Amino acid sequence: MQATTSAESISRIRADVNRRKVLDQLFVMLGLLVMFSALLMLAVLFIDLVREGAPRLNLDFLGSFPSRKPERAGILSAWVGTSLIMLTTAAITMPIGVAAAIYLEEYAPKNWVTAIIEINVTNLAGVPSIIYGLLALGLFVYQFNLGQSILTAGLTLSLLILPIVIVATREALRAVPRPIREAAYALGATRWEVTAHHVLPYSMGGILTGMIIGLSRAIGETAPLITIGALSFIAFLPQSPFTAEFPFVSFTWLKDSYTAMPIQMFNWVSRPDPEFQVNAAAAGAILLGMTLLMNGIAIWLRYRFRKRINW
Amino acid sequence: MTDTATVPAIGPPAGLAFRRFRDRIVEGFLLAAALVAVFTTLAIVVVLVRESLPFFEHVSLGEFLTDTMWTPLFAEARYGILPLVAGTLVTTLVALAVAIPAGTIIAIYLSEFAPYRLREIIKPALELLGAVPTVVYGYFALMMVTPFLQKLIPGLPGFNMLSAGLVIGIMIIPYVASVSEDAMRAVPNYMREGSYAMGATRFQTATRVVVPGALSGIAAAYILGISRAVGETMVVAVAAGLQPNLTWDPTEPAATITAFIVQVSLGDLPHDSIGYQSIFAAGLVLLVMTLVFNIAGFTLTRRFRQAY
Repeated sequence: MQATTSAESISRIRADVNRRKVLDQLFVMLGLLVMFSALLMLAVLFIDLVREGAPRLNLDFLGSFPSRKPERAGILSAWVGTSLIMLTTAAITMPIGVAAAIYLEEYAPKNWVTAIIEINVTNLAGVPSIIYGLLALGLFVYQFNLGQSILTAGLTLSLLILPIVIVATREALRAVPRPIREAAYALGATRWEVTAHHVLPYSMGGILTGMIIGLSRAIGETAPLITIGALSFIAFLPQSPFTAEFPFVSFTWLKDSYTAMPIQMFNWVSRPDPEFQVNAAAAGAILLGMTLLMNGIAIWLRYRFRKRINW
Repeated sequence: MTDTATVPAIGPPAGLAFRRFRDRIVEGFLLAAALVAVFTTLAIVVVLVRESLPFFEHVSLGEFLTDTMWTPLFAEARYGILPLVAGTLVTTLVALAVAIPAGTIIAIYLSEFAPYRLREIIKPALELLGAVPTVVYGYFALMMVTPFLQKLIPGLPGFNMLSAGLVIGIMIIPYVASVSEDAMRAVPNYMREGSYAMGATRFQTATRVVVPGALSGIAAAYILGISRAVGETMVVAVAAGLQPNLTWDPTEPAATITAFIVQVSLGDLPHDSIGYQSIFAAGLVLLVMTLVFNIAGFTLTRRFRQAY
């Protein structure tokens, strides 16, 4: 009598354990399913853009101006505009973002000023991009009278990606071990010498990665550019940054009007003519390709630097 | 006599005064760069408030918050923000219906089940979902998701909040997943070990020990996701339509706060017109909404970081 009940209860426990293990397996399957469907969505999106845009994905598309005839329209002014905006954004963000991160990580005393700066950086990262557009409209376009220029666009996108660059740079600086700083201090280096000669070179990889991630965010931003009045029909190029005479570079392009890849794509998407949707898909495929490429480079860099460094 | 000349002088090394001076200057520059963040925040608030003041001289706050029509561009203008807020909330709710379950399942899987190698590959791949330009997501919603939904729901209009919301949901999955996963991984291992020692399976440990332990962090992830969805612009501007429409039905077209700002920016209204000033008032509402969510989210994340 006694033996049978304990055997029964053991088998009951076994059945229960098995049931719970099945639940484990089911969850693993669910997790993989959800994860891969999310990634599949990205693949479907990219493949579909390439397939839909295939008739336009050629050199003519890259070399033509926008046109009222969809089959003759191209993205020349858009990709030139985007390149110049990215150049401006990088030139503004890099020094300010890295300097701000160095201050917060290496210099900042624990006081209320630092606390306020930290809160602001975190908070700015969560402000919607269109709000930056409104800020730029009120500040750069009307207050500073910079107009609808490449400079305005570059400044706007710089403010937008500044928190991303600051956070990434701080992480890179934090990864440099303390003993390296202490060794330099012990040899009589000042704080700036420690930072510039030792900490910065070691964290360059991480800083570069953060910069690329920031720029890949800026390249696809549409809303703030629309708010500051980016034009979508621009059938001319900004002035060339290179000139034939000394000093061979010119900055007059900063004041030129522009269009950009995402703006051009938005313009085509919002037209009812299905022929323009082909252009939109082609522009989207190129834009998405560039974003994925930049992110891929960042991931690869992060992996390389993590592997190479042995403190 | 000559001996004293060859012995190096004891004292501060050459140029120390200059190097210390240089350090002070550099520190000043670095602080100035860090203060850019503070000035940006101040500038946002000042610009939005200053530019919307003329709007509120014309429209009373009561009308703004309670009127059920938003037609600032019509001859008979009405200025009730409610339709835009409703549009924003509906797309956000649809987005959350996708992102919260998917993000939570992915976070639990990555934190508690996934082998190390898979996690190292999947995490950056998932981040890519959040890196896709939003205008490309807009195209996705309008040209792929909507036609697909129209097969399932006959009579679905070409512009609708459902497809925009679903796509925003996909877009914010990585935010929800990565913040929740951080919170779950902050739960100390001894709690898991205690649970395993009692005979619990992985799934039981995850749902009854890890998730409750990381609850404030998971809540923060959801709230940050809400804030993203509320501020999303291009997907709704492309796929949800630009007509303000006070409805809770996601299959209808409706403008959000952000879509309205885009619509006005695309036109050529004069700078001093009331329609133009209305975008700053709309932006102010949007800023307040996201600010509330962000503050709640950050307070909660700070709590989970301090809990253990």
